[in-house]
Order: sequence, then C-alpha cells, then structure tokens
Amino acid sequence: MGSVTATPCVGMTININCDTRAIAPMLNPRYCRAMIAELGHYLLILAMFTSLAQGVLPILGAHKGSENMMAFGDQAAKVLFALIALSFIALTTIFISSDFSVKLAASHSHSMKPFLYKISGVWGNHEGSILLWTLMLAFYAALIPVFGKGLPDTLKARAIGVQGLLTFGFLAFILFTSNPFERLNPVPIDGLGLNPLLQDPGLAIHPPMLYMGYVGFSVAFSFSVAALIEGKVDAMWAQWLRPWVLAAWSFLTLGIMLGSLWAYYELGWGGWWMWDPVENVSFMPWLVGTALLHSIMVLGTRHKLANWTVLLGISAFSLSLIGTFVVRSGVLVSVHSFATDPERGVFILLLLMLATGGALSLYALRAKTLKGPGGFEPVSREGGLILNNLLLATATATVFLGTFYPLFMDAMTGDKISVGKPYFDLTFAPIMLLLIVFMGAAPLLKWRKDSAASLKRLALFGGPLMSIIIALTVLFGKSVLGGIGLALAAYLAFGTLLALARKTQNFKTWRAQPAGTYGFVLAHLGVAIFTAGAVVMSVWAKDDIGRLKVGESLTVSGYEFTLASVAPGQRENYQFLSAKVDVSKNGKEIKTLYPEQRFYPVRNMVTTEAGFHFTLGPTIFSAISEGNSEDGWIIRANYHPYVTWIWIGALLMSLAGFISLFDRRLRFREDLA
Amino acid sequence: MRALLPLGIFLLIGLAFAVGLTKDPKLLPSELLNRPVPDFALTELYDETDILTQDMFDGKVSLINVFGSWCVACNVEHPVLMDIAKRNEVNLIGIDWRDERPKAKDWLAKRGNPYRKVIFDNESVLAIKLGVSGAPESFIIDKAGQVRYKHVGVITPKIWRNTLRPIIKTLEAD
Repeated sequence: MGSVTATPCVGMTININCDTRAIAPMLNPRYCRAMIAELGHYLLILAMFTSLAQGVLPILGAHKGSENMMAFGDQAAKVLFALIALSFIALTTIFISSDFSVKLAASHSHSMKPFLYKISGVWGNHEGSILLWTLMLAFYAALIPVFGKGLPDTLKARAIGVQGLLTFGFLAFILFTSNPFERLNPVPIDGLGLNPLLQDPGLAIHPPMLYMGYVGFSVAFSFSVAALIEGKVDAMWAQWLRPWVLAAWSFLTLGIMLGSLWAYYELGWGGWWMWDPVENVSFMPWLVGTALLHSIMVLGTRHKLANWTVLLGISAFSLSLIGTFVVRSGVLVSVHSFATDPERGVFILLLLMLATGGALSLYALRAKTLKGPGGFEPVSREGGLILNNLLLATATATVFLGTFYPLFMDAMTGDKISVGKPYFDLTFAPIMLLLIVFMGAAPLLKWRKDSAASLKRLALFGGPLMSIIIALTVLFGKSVLGGIGLALAAYLAFGTLLALARKTQNFKTWRAQPAGTYGFVLAHLGVAIFTAGAVVMSVWAKDDIGRLKVGESLTVSGYEFTLASVAPGQRENYQFLSAKVDVSKNGKEIKTLYPEQRFYPVRNMVTTEAGFHFTLGPTIFSAISEGNSEDGWIIRANYHPYVTWIWIGALLMSLAGFISLFDRRLRFREDLA
Repeated sequence: MRALLPLGIFLLIGLAFAVGLTKDPKLLPSELLNRPVPDFALTELYDETDILTQDMFDGKVSLINVFGSWCVACNVEHPVLMDIAKRNEVNLIGIDWRDERPKAKDWLAKRGNPYRKVIFDNESVLAIKLGVSGAPESFIIDKAGQVRYKHVGVITPKIWRNTLRPIIKTLEAD
C-alpha cells in the first residue's frame, strides 16, 4: 500500500536532479553534496519499509513457531538502525556544510554559527528532534539481539517486533508530516539561525540525554507487550529488563537535570523548576520510571507485582509519548514550545492511541494470566517498596492532574483556567516528604517478613537527630517547615548509611559489595542532598530588583550588589551590553559578576545572560535589562543558598543508575531461564 | 473487570486530548480579566510631553495592541490593524514595547500608523503589569476601563471578524 505512494515520489526527486544537473554528476563534488538531502530522504523511506517488516514478521514467526522469521527480527533491527543512522548523518552533514537549499537548515542554522551549534541545530527543531528520537528507538531495538542472546526466542522476537512497529509509526510521522529533507526554492543566501536561547552547551546535550531516557522506556514497553502476548512474566524477565530501565532512568535523570540547570541560568527566571507543562511532561515518565525501577526489583526477587510492573512498563513509555505529543502539538501553552502544528498533534495522538491503547487492551485481556502468588507482609522490604510505588503513582497522578486540568476543563466546560506553582507546592511536596519517610526505613527491612525491631537503630538515633535539626532551624532560620524538610533529608541520609552499614557488616566488607549496593546508596543520598537543596531554596532564597546608576547598589540578604560599569560590545553572532557588578558582604569583596544583555541581529531577538557566582553554599547572580546612563539600568540581584545541591543531588542519582548497570547480578542468568 | 480500568482511564484521557487539539490554547485567561487596567504614567511615542495614564481608556471601548519595531510577527499583523483603523471601528491604542523611539517612528512611518495614541513602554512598565508574554498581543478594554479580553499572537482578519469585533460591538452597546 505504501509502496505505491512512496516510490514515484523517490523516483521524482532523483529524476529532477538528473535532469537539471550534468549527465556524469558523480565526479562533481557539488553534485554529491546536492544529492545528500535526497539520499537521506530515500534512506528514511527504505527504513520505513524495513521497520514494517521488523514489526510484522518476527511476531508472526513467534506465533507460527518459525525460527527463520523470528531470527529475521534480529537482523532487521540492526539494518534499520544503520539506515536511520545514515539518514541522520546526512542531515548533520547538511547542517555542517550550511546547505540552505534544505528548508530545515535554512530556518534553523546560519553560516556564522559556531560549529557546536551547527551540530546541535540538527535537533534544535521539530523535524530533527523527531529524527533523533526515531534513531534512538532503532538504536535500542538493535541492542536487544546483542544483549538478549539467552532470552527465549519468542519473547525476544515479539519484543523486537513491537519495537519495529513503534519505529514504523515514527518514521511514517516523519515522512508524512515532518520531512527534515524538504528543499527550499529559491535558496536563501543565509539561514535564519538557531533560536539564541537554545545556543548553549547545556542545551546542546539536553535533548539527546532526555530522549535516551524517554526512548529507553520503549524497551520496557516492548517487553511488557511481548510478555502480555506470551501470557508470562517471571523473575528472569524482570532481571533481564532491569538494566534497560536503569539506563533509561539514568539518562532521563541527567536530561531533566541539564534542562533545569539550563532554564536556571539561561532564562534567568531565578527558578530551578517552574512546574511548566513541558517540564512536567518530562517529570512524569521519571516518576513512573522510578516506580518501575523498584517494582521490577520486587518482581525479580520475590515474583510479586507482575501485573503492576507490566502496567508501569507500558505507562512509562506512554507518558514519554504524551510528553512528545504535548510539546509537538501545542495543546498546552508553554515557554518551551517552539513551532507547533495541530496536524502533527493529530498524528502523534493517533500513534499514542494505537500504541498505548493497543497495549492496554492486551493488558485487559491478558492480565489474569500474569497473576503471581498474592499477598505480602506489610513490614518487609517488599512492603516498603509497594508503598513507595503507591506514593510515586500518586505523585504522578498529582502532576498529571495539575498539568492537564486546564486542558480537561477547557474540553468539558470551555472554562479557561491555569494551574500554577501553589497547587504543585501544596500537593506534591507532602507526598514527596511522606515518600522520604519510607525511603529512609524500607532498605533496613528484610525481604519476605521482618519486624519493626529492624528499625530500632534508625528510631533511636534518627529521632534525636531530627529534633536537633528542627530546633536549630527554628531558632536560627525562623522556619518550622524548613526545619522539618531539612530534618527529613538528614533522616534519609542517616537511614541510607545505616542500611549500608548493615549490608557491609559495619563497613567491613564494603569492597566485596556488588555495584548495585553503591548504586542504591548514591541514589538515596542524592535524593537527600536534592531535598536539602530544594528545602533551603524554597525557604531562604531572596531576590530583589532595582534601577541603579553606576556606583549605586542593591542589598539582598546581606550581599551588596554595586553596579560598577556598563559597556556595549560585539561578539561572534551577537551584540551585547555588559555590566560589571561588584558583590561584597560585610565590606568584604566576594565576586565581580558580568551580566549581559545580548541582541541577535539574525533573529532580531534580545536575550538576558545573568552573571553567576556558583558555590556549594550560597549562589549569587545578577541580571541587567533595559536602561540608560541618566536614569540607570534595571538590575536584578539574587541570593540562592544551596541551589547547587539540587543539581548535585540529581547528578548523583543519575550516576548511581549508571553504576548499578555494572552489577553482576544483573547479567543474564541461564539458571533462571 | 479491574484489568479494564487502565484502558478506560487512558481512553478518557485520549478523548480529552482529542478535544483539546481542536481548541486554541492561546486564548489564555489574563490575570486581569474583568479588572481595571493597572495604574501607569508613560509618555506618548511622538509627543514626550504627553503623559498617558489609565484614564485615557475612560468612556470608550479600546483595543490595546502591543507591538515593537523588532517584532517580526507584527509586520504580518500590521495591515489588519491599518484596515481596522481605516474603518474607525474602535479606539486603537498601541503599546510600543521594548523599543527605541526613532526605530518605532521609522517603522510606523514606513507602514502607516494605525494607532490613535502610542504608549511608549521601553522598560516594560505597563507590559509587565498587563502580563504581556510576547508581541503581538492585544487587549480589549471596556468603557469603564476594565480589561475584558486578551488575545495572544497575530490578529488575523478572521480573528477580528469572528472574535474581537463581536466583543467590541457588545461592549459598545452596553
């Protein structure tokens, strides 16, 4: 069906080139370059048919018991990855060589742009980022046969098949609504340049990391669907899948952390998390992924939570799809949304309905066959993990409701409302604090059945520790909520170290521990550090804004910000107005900040670059906006204590996930098969 | 039965998304909706001695349009505003946002000036109070000086015909 519509199209583009160019064109390097876009386009069409074959044959083969058809999936996955990778390289070449006859490069690149941003420009736009997403989908699928040699043939074939169908959906999406290789006529002399806000090293790697996470959950999705078709989920399945979830989760953590850091210093809003719809949709797969990471552990060791784990596997990837839908369709207004297009929204929604709707229908039919031995002891490791899962699911539902409530209200009643930070602070924070209470205790409990006696040490030392912290914070910081938050962070760190002490017989055998132990300790300490930073920021951060002439100053939390000078200038692809702001505390020089206002002529756009002084303790920064020498300039001064702990905590979590990947226990075990 | 629950919830969400796609998310509620225009005192673009305040909206229905000579989309919108001005259908007031006087005057000289008055707001004084998120953006103010409607983005002939003009007509009838 597809070949009828697609083939003439390919033939046409190539023919046009043959007609308009010389007969012996291959010797002419200009011709080769000119062909790259058509070649990339052609590779994508080829990839679409390959993915269709990969999606259909192995699943059929598994059904019929045909080994050849199942083995075909392994090969198809590798070929598909190669095809999409070559196409991606073609697009990258177009951007690097500034070939503005290709519309995408013309609208998102510029010949004067620094090299790094020519490359990141490839995914700094809708078409390129979807191509990157699809490339990763194929990449993960190609890795399944590499690492899954010991898997049952039918399970592997079905999972690869599902992965192929997903890739097919995305390739169709690219080819029918978002072709990155579209030509432009007439050819402009130069490109429009990448949105200056996106010209940042942090943002250059933020989307690839985020997508590695989003797309990584596709493996969990495919294996969940495959398991539903098989009607069997067991410990082997869980142990094999866990490293994939770990990898995806770690990438996603890193991606979200980079995004937060970027928004903090590039947008200069003075916030590290705005509860913006686009942030929320990346956070929801993370929350579900975290739940999955823990439930899969219960399934792997205790053979419980089979249904729930499968459901989480489907949900994590579905939420990633919803994230893509929201960002690409423009159903929600957000500072992040660049080009949006309802037609694309319809297509992604269709993909979502087919993928998730199909998977959940299968679940409705097959859930019964997955039932494991029921029942569990409330005071046990699995009891704690089940509570953790319930809380994470509640947290996800909370964020989901807050993010989409305006959309749902609009759909049902036509009322326009917006849900802001207060809602999230009020609902999300208590759930997280409760989660920390269980996080501190659960790792101290044994699997199967334990008694509260195991928590004696935690209560004995943790209680007084928390009381002291609360008392000190109330006394010096004048904040009860801040005290409770900090005490909980300390309690979590303490509980985690206690669990480490128990695992290592009081640190005697710490060398002999599997990587997973370090992963657990680092991740939970990361959460403690993150919590401490978030609590301090929300209670003690201070900002001020004022109009300053040269020599005048602004005082925030004891820090004196003095405007020393203001001077204009010109750099690579923008003009700037740079201020020098001296910061001192109690007469002591701390740091000189250089906030800037930049003007990008190519895009006719003004951006504000704050001047930062990051430290492990207080972070201070300043930003400059409109003004003149007579009336003074508008200067913002910010004091953000311990804000860096937020990203350090997140970085530790991500690192912990990667470290856990080296756990020998996660290697496939034949004896379980 | 319980196994059907996830599918049921998902289908409801999918339905809401589908309906959501047909709606325009740019019809944001303004914080100021049905509240008076905030206090301000800014100069006119052409006449620096002319101090404009919120009182300028009293007694007639006004359409405030936020623009700037740096704003690319404003070029697209401009002919529509000229058309509105020619038919004299509303008290059209401009807010020249984050701009320089010579550039703005030059911009209007080349394209024509549809505004009866232009509030010069290079420091975002009024823009921030109004909650402007970008240019172009427009507000409808009633005779009592209250903000009654906010439109984000370019005013197209269709939006003018189907949305803005009916609102203005109703307000004028009040």
